Amino acid sequence: MIVELGHYSLILAFAVALVQATLPLCGAARRDSRLMALAEPAALVQLILIATSFAALTYAFVVSDFSLRLVTLNSHTDKPMLYKISGVWGNHEGSLLLWALTLALFGACAVWFGGNLPATLRARVLAVQGMIGVAFLAFMLFTSNPFLRLATPPLNGDDLNPLLQDPGLAFHPPFLYLGYVGLSMAFSFAVAALIEGRIDAAWARWVRPWTLAAWVFLTIGIALGSWWAYYELGWGGFWFWDPVENASFMPWLIAAALLHSAIVVEKRESLKAWTILLAIMAFGFSLIGTFIVRSGVITSVHSFANDPERGVFILMILGVFMGGALTLFALRAGALEAKGLFSSVSRESALLANNVLLAVSCFVVFIGTIWPLVAEMLWNRKLSVGEPFFNAAFTPFMVILALILPVGAMMPWKRAEFGRSLLPLRGALALAVALGLLIYAMQTGRSALGPIGAALGAWVVFGAAVDLWTRAGRGSLGNRLGRLTRLGRADWGKATAHSGLGVTIFAVAAMHAWAVEDIRVVRVGETFPVGPYEVILKDVRDVEGPNYLSTMAEIVVIRGGATVATLFPEKRVYPVQAMPTTEAAIDYGFTRDIYLVIGDPQEGGGYAVRSYVKPFANWLWGGSALMALGGLFSLTDRRYRLAAGARRQTPAAQPAE
Amino acid sequence: MRTALALCLALSVLTPAALVLTAPPALAVQPDEILPDPALEARARAISRDLRCPVCQGEAIDDSNAPISRDLRLLVRERLVAGDSDEEVVDFIVARYGEFVLFNPRASGSGWILWLAGPVMLLAGGAIAFAITRRRPTAEPELSEAERARLAELMKE
Repeated sequence: MIVELGHYSLILAFAVALVQATLPLCGAARRDSRLMALAEPAALVQLILIATSFAALTYAFVVSDFSLRLVTLNSHTDKPMLYKISGVWGNHEGSLLLWALTLALFGACAVWFGGNLPATLRARVLAVQGMIGVAFLAFMLFTSNPFLRLATPPLNGDDLNPLLQDPGLAFHPPFLYLGYVGLSMAFSFAVAALIEGRIDAAWARWVRPWTLAAWVFLTIGIALGSWWAYYELGWGGFWFWDPVENASFMPWLIAAALLHSAIVVEKRESLKAWTILLAIMAFGFSLIGTFIVRSGVITSVHSFANDPERGVFILMILGVFMGGALTLFALRAGALEAKGLFSSVSRESALLANNVLLAVSCFVVFIGTIWPLVAEMLWNRKLSVGEPFFNAAFTPFMVILALILPVGAMMPWKRAEFGRSLLPLRGALALAVALGLLIYAMQTGRSALGPIGAALGAWVVFGAAVDLWTRAGRGSLGNRLGRLTRLGRADWGKATAHSGLGVTIFAVAAMHAWAVEDIRVVRVGETFPVGPYEVILKDVRDVEGPNYLSTMAEIVVIRGGATVATLFPEKRVYPVQAMPTTEAAIDYGFTRDIYLVIGDPQEGGGYAVRSYVKPFANWLWGGSALMALGGLFSLTDRRYRLAAGARRQTPAAQPAE
Repeated sequence: MRTALALCLALSVLTPAALVLTAPPALAVQPDEILPDPALEARARAISRDLRCPVCQGEAIDDSNAPISRDLRLLVRERLVAGDSDEEVVDFIVARYGEFVLFNPRASGSGWILWLAGPVMLLAGGAIAFAITRRRPTAEPELSEAERARLAELMKE
C-alpha cells in the first residue's frame, strides 16, 4: 500500500511538473500574474510528492519488501541498516529518484530564496526547472520505474554490490547529485535570462550562489568518491581518469569557470554571453555525466546500467535541452551588450584566462573520454585513452592556471600592470622557489615532479595569504589583524578555496612522486622493512561479519623500536554476491599514510602482503575540504544573505509603490 | 563559443553500447612475478601501468586481477629479461593484442587529432579572449529626452 502511494505520487509529480513547465511560461509571456503565480505552489507540491515517493521507496528497502523488484535486486535482510538505506540510491532506478528529489528540492529552494527576483524571471526559472522535472520523471516512469512489483516475491534479495557497502560511497552519490542538479539552477537562470533578453549584475548575483552551492557539493562528492577509491579498491589509487570520474569532473571544471566569470558579470557587466554559455554547458556536462553513468555507453568500472533504451532516452533529453538552449543562445546572445571594457592586463582578463584554461582542460577531458567511441565509429579503431594521456594532456593547463592564479587574484579591475601586481608577491614567489629547490636537493635521483608540485602548491597558498594580507590595508600589525577579521566572507572564501587548490596540487604531486611500495610473500611472525618502517605479520585469522566472511591479518608497524600502529587488513567474501573484496588497513598520518593489504595465501606457505607508504595523502582530502569550505564562506557572504533576506521586505514594500 | 556548439553536436553522434560491469578487487602484481633486478622490475612496472587489461573495465594490467593480465605482466618481464627496450616490449604486445591495450594512445594518423585538440583549443580560446580585450568601446548610446531632463534636474540639485 505504501509502495503504491509512492508510485502514485510519482505520477502526480509528473503531472504537476507538466503544469509547472508550461503555464508560468505562458503567464510570463502574457504578463498574466495569475498564471505566473502557479509556478511557486507547483514547485512546492512537486517537492512534497517526490519526497513522499522517495520515502515510500526507502520504507520498502528498510522493511526488505521483496515483492518490489528493485529491493530484491539490490538488498538483503542481513545487510546493515545504513546500507539498506543507501541501497535506495545504489542502483539505477533509485538513483534517478534521488536525482528527481534533488531537482525538486532546488526548485523549492528557488521559491524560498527567490523572493527578490522579478516576477517574470522567477516564473521562467521555475518553468525551466519544471521542464527538466518533466524530462526526468518521464524517463523514470517510462524506462526505469523503481516501483515495479514481482509476481512471485523471493524469500530473500540479491544484496547490494559489496564494493558499494561502504560509508564513503553511501554519501558520495547524494553529494554528486546535489552538485549535478544544482547546476540545473544555473541553466534555468541562463535560459530564463535569454528568454527575458536581459542579463545584468543582478542576474549574476542571483545565479552565483546556486553555482557556488553546486560546485561545493560537487567538490565534496568527487572528494568522497576519490577517498573511497583510495581505501576500498586496494592499491591506494585516488584518481583513475575513468569515464565515470571524468563525468563528474567535467561539470566541476565548467562550474569553477562559471563561478569566476559570474564575478565579472556581477562587478563589471562584461563577459555576459560567455557566462550564459558556461551556465548552459555546466548543466550540459551534468547531463552528459548522467548519460555516461546511466547508459553504460563507455565501458568503465563504475557503470551499473547497460540498457540502450535508457541511453537513447537520456540522449534525447540531452539533445532537447542543449539544442534548445544553444539555439536560444545563438538567437539572443548578440543582444547581450557588454558594458565594462577592460585592458588585456586586468582582473577581468585574468579571470578570462582562468575561464579559457578551465574550459579547454574540460574539453581535453571530454575528448579523451569520448575518443575511444569516436575512433571506433569513424575509423573502426579499437583503442583506449587512459591515465598517461590525461596526465600529459590535462596537467599543463593546471600548471599554467596555478602559475597565473596568485598574480591574477591581486590585479585591479579594468587596467593593471603585471609588474605592479607581482611586486607584493615577490616574497611568496621566492619562498615557493626556495622550497622547491630545497626539496629537490633533499631527494636524490627522483623525478622533478615532487619539487615542482611543492613549489607550485606553495606559490598558490602563499599567494592567497599575501592577497588577504594586502586587503587588510596599511598600518600597524594590530590594525591590519583587526581589519583582517572584518574582511568580507567572500575574501576569506577566495583565499581558502585558492589555498585548498594549492594544497591539492602539492598532495597530488607528492602522492605520485614519493609513494613507497612493497610486495612480497610473508609468513606469520616474519619482519620486513618498508621505507623507514619495520613491519611484522603477527597473525592471520578468520572472522565472521554480519553479511560476509573475512580473513583478517594483524600487522604491527614499528619505527625505531616504537610501535607506530597495529593494523588489521582484511580480505572479505560476501557469499550472497560471491564476491571478494579487499579491505586495506590504513594508519592515517599528517605527513604519510601507512597502507597495508593482505592478499591470498601462497602455495609454499605465507601470504602475499602489499605495503605502501602514501606521502601526504591526507593533504589531498584536506585540500578538497578547504576548497569546499572556501565555497561555503563565499556562499555566506553578506551580499548573498542580503539578497536572500530581501524576500521578507518585499510584501511590506509593495503598498508604497 | 562556436566550438562549444560543435562539441554538443559531436555528442549527438554517441550511440550507447551494451557493456557489462564486473569490478573485481584488484590484487595486481603477485610477489612471485617480481624480477630480482630492481631496475628491470621498475621498468616492468612503468610499462605495465600504461597497458590496459584486455578483458577488464579500464584497469591497467598492473592493477588487474584477471589471469590474462598476469600473463601479460609475465610477458613484459620475459621480454625485458630477453633484452628488449621499453618500446620494443610495448610494440611486441601491441602487435599481438592491438592498440586497445595502450592507455597512452599513439599520436599517429587520426591519433594526432586527440593530442592536438587541447593545444589548438587553447590557441583558439586565447585568440578569442585577446580579441575581447582589444575591443574598442562602442559609441555611448544617446540619452533619451526623459533621461536628459532627469540629468538636468539632478545637476540643478
